[in-house]
Amino acid sequence: MAYDKFKVLNSTAVPLPIENVDTDQIIPARFLKATERKGFGDNLFRDWRYNPDNTPKEQFVLNNPIYGGKILVGGKNFGSGSSREHAAWAIYDYGFRCVVSSFFADIFRGNCMNIGVLPLQVSPDFLVKIFEAIEADPNAEFEVNLPEQTFTIKSTGEKENFEINDYKKENLLNGFDDIDYLLNIQDKIETFAKDTPL
Amino acid sequence: MKKTLFDKVWDAHVVQKVADGPDVLFIDRHLVHEVTSPVAFLGLKSRNIKVLYPERTFATADHNTPTLNQHLPVKDPLSANQLRALEQNAEEHHIPYWGLGHEKNGIVHVIGPENGITLPGATIVCGDSHTSTHGAFGAIAFGIGTSEVEMVLATQCIMQPKPKSMRITINGKLNSAVTPKDVALYIISQLSTSGATGYFVEYAGDIFKQMSMEGRMTVCNLSIEMGARGGMVAPDEKTFDYIKNREFTPKGEAWDKAMKYWETLYTDDDSVFDHEITFNGEDIEPMITYGTNPGMGIGISGGIPLANAIEGGAATYKKSLQYMDFQEGENMLGKAIDFVFLGSCTNGRIEDFRAFTSLVKGKQKAENVTAWLVPGSHKVEEAIKEEGLLEILNKAGFELREPGCSACLAMNDDKIPAGKYAVSTSNRNFEGRQGPGARTLLASPLVAAAAAITGRVTDPRELMVFETA
Repeated sequence: MAYDKFKVLNSTAVPLPIENVDTDQIIPARFLKATERKGFGDNLFRDWRYNPDNTPKEQFVLNNPIYGGKILVGGKNFGSGSSREHAAWAIYDYGFRCVVSSFFADIFRGNCMNIGVLPLQVSPDFLVKIFEAIEADPNAEFEVNLPEQTFTIKSTGEKENFEINDYKKENLLNGFDDIDYLLNIQDKIETFAKDTPL
Repeated sequence: MKKTLFDKVWDAHVVQKVADGPDVLFIDRHLVHEVTSPVAFLGLKSRNIKVLYPERTFATADHNTPTLNQHLPVKDPLSANQLRALEQNAEEHHIPYWGLGHEKNGIVHVIGPENGITLPGATIVCGDSHTSTHGAFGAIAFGIGTSEVEMVLATQCIMQPKPKSMRITINGKLNSAVTPKDVALYIISQLSTSGATGYFVEYAGDIFKQMSMEGRMTVCNLSIEMGARGGMVAPDEKTFDYIKNREFTPKGEAWDKAMKYWETLYTDDDSVFDHEITFNGEDIEPMITYGTNPGMGIGISGGIPLANAIEGGAATYKKSLQYMDFQEGENMLGKAIDFVFLGSCTNGRIEDFRAFTSLVKGKQKAENVTAWLVPGSHKVEEAIKEEGLLEILNKAGFELREPGCSACLAMNDDKIPAGKYAVSTSNRNFEGRQGPGARTLLASPLVAAAAAITGRVTDPRELMVFETA
């Protein structure tokens, strides 16, 4: 599915300084019954965000009007658990375009990149600095620069480089997806399949 | 050049390498279920393309199905809609569909091996992280997201960077009442839930050689819980005996030809892994988890670790214990429990039901425990009946439900109520995984059986010793 191109993002950020945020927290399984990709943002972090009677839990960061922006900053091992792309959809649909952490689970990272959300891995020390900058000023701005592969805390000017392979970088910059690539080598795939027994 | 088992299977499936990017990997067999596929089929529709190889694609309904009264229409309109969507998509694209009530219906990772879809040396994907189960046969099997499901439906390929390699070797002997589930929970407790992220694991050593195929499936199933994309065991005589004559395995000359290939599927001596880990079989006890991720497990006779003994993340650790309403340093033995769940792609096969039944035989379920026994498939259900296990279970106060994922992820009505404790043979103890507010203790079928009898966390060896005395 085509998605918005990702180049440079300047935004405030929402802090979630919890480790091992799993996909069941990002979107609980009972909200996976849709047959279309619609409305998942409403249930992002559902059980951390709402009480059983659907009233908002005031202490949860998404319910705190002080925080906002297109960047979500999470603790180590973000996105562990299931392969549900619904987790990435919920994050995108809510309005985030970049998730920052010091470590990502594998499938979640791939799912994000396939739908145009940038999973941006920083060092553990730099992650602490990002949390500190938001704590000092919830309106602190950050710059995600994909062409330059840098993440900058604008209030202090501190900057760190991040890694991404050239292929995925080009995809995100241009809004390309893997299926278009694969459809262009379909002849080669069909030849390969002929030699590969069922 | 020396190659690992993983290298041999991966390299044989690379259609093309992308410079500073992923490999284009050919997928032999694609398993599809109702929850992660509808948006992928919509994608095909908007591109106006068909499934490229329906004969390499298999669909079942499992995540979202009821486990009682499956002969009746599905009550929940959203679930019914999702099941109908898969049925229609399968029909439109000529994919075999084993829906609710079909004799081959069951949990996707149980029916794959059962019907011979899972083969050594194959690449297998499914929009479900526990696809790693199929690695027990020496296949490269891993879970994918919905964009990738669409990719495989459209082109039978996926674009993946080659993971790093890890070998986990366990030699020695397992203690009494230590099952494959305990071996896996032990490994995860040692490595943490992110200890194998970025790796594909090969399990090697005496313990896995001696393990049954179903035991290997349980171990490979849980590979994802330490962050690994998948895990595999080199195929051997046990593997070939298991798959021979199943519906979708090669027959006659094709079998002989395949066997020649399969017999080359082992890690060459002196192959180099990116990471090697070794454990001793004797060090493993029956395990139980006390927290909200599968890495938070201990030997059943042990105490809950102190927060200051945990490396980093004390705040996250305390939040987890608070959710469970447990204290640091407490013992797990003797804690009261409310529910027992036997089932899931981790422990929903016939050997799991045999183990559970062996322990509850001649005893009575504790009155205050609700037990949900959910077979992984109709074939497992049939075997439970044919082997006489159902009669023993009924006498002990247990009933059998119909197959599906059930309380493992609680998408259907099988939800553990808020605040209640469940000893569960499934794979995840995340907050709310088994229902909003539910508290999960992951364990083996034997530990689950012991808890079902006593209503408390109980060392199964106590009840087993009692039986032989």
